Amino acid sequence: MVVVECIISFFLILGAFFALTGSIGLYRMTNFFTRLHGPTKATTLGVGSMALASAVYFSFQGNGISLHEVLITLFLFITAPVSAHFLAKAALHLRMHKNTEALPPR
Amino acid sequence: MHNHKKPFLSAQRWLPHPLMTLMLIIIWLLLVNAISFGHIILGILFGVAIPWFTNRFWPERPKIAKPVQLVRFFFGTFLRDIIVANLNVVRLTLQSDISQLQPEFIAVPLDIADQMVISILASVISLTPGTVSAEITLDRRVLIVHGLDIPDQKAAVRTIKTRYEAPLKEIFSC
Repeated sequence: MVVVECIISFFLILGAFFALTGSIGLYRMTNFFTRLHGPTKATTLGVGSMALASAVYFSFQGNGISLHEVLITLFLFITAPVSAHFLAKAALHLRMHKNTEALPPR
Repeated sequence: MHNHKKPFLSAQRWLPHPLMTLMLIIIWLLLVNAISFGHIILGILFGVAIPWFTNRFWPERPKIAKPVQLVRFFFGTFLRDIIVANLNVVRLTLQSDISQLQPEFIAVPLDIADQMVISILASVISLTPGTVSAEITLDRRVLIVHGLDIPDQKAAVRTIKTRYEAPLKEIFSC
């Protein structure tokens, strides 16, 4: 069981690490669009690792394999890009960007 | 409802989205976290009822032409890129001088016309760290992507097109 605990701890720490760097990114970045990158990333690998740790933990509790954590990751994969897209789109419409060169003429 | 035009005993009418039905059954079984006869029946009930009621929101669906390639794309390219690019972003975030970053908007001209596949592509771009899809032009031909660190714009556009768009185009054959 020590091996299992090591695996669980590994994924928990990994998840916490990625969530932390996401927050640090949010704090350190200088403008809106670069700030957007931190939080959208923390969800993918950070929450993914946490969900994996949870799945491993509950699978070894003796109540059979626990897989509904997969759903959390799945729903995040569907919702995270949409919310990021909304935020970016709103910011673009509010003209929060300095460099408009890459944008096509309207 | 346009369902009534189809013959009474056709699969098209009762199972408009067979893949969605299968997904809903799997999602239901994952949600209750148990496999029992009752839950399988309930799952099938949801799997048949939900696509039927939401049918009018899904006027046309992209056909998955190459399911094997879809699996390979998901595990080989998508999951791998999430991990690799996450480490990359961690490195970029924690580097001592973040003013060296070259955040940039890039315009990715699209070869895909199908709306569903475009939204899948946009989601993949957003989920793989370092890039967030920000906007699509009104004619749906150009996707505006924001990158955290883009030293070479042309190379970034090429990467997105060859690595994500081309496989998706092939998988959904559109």
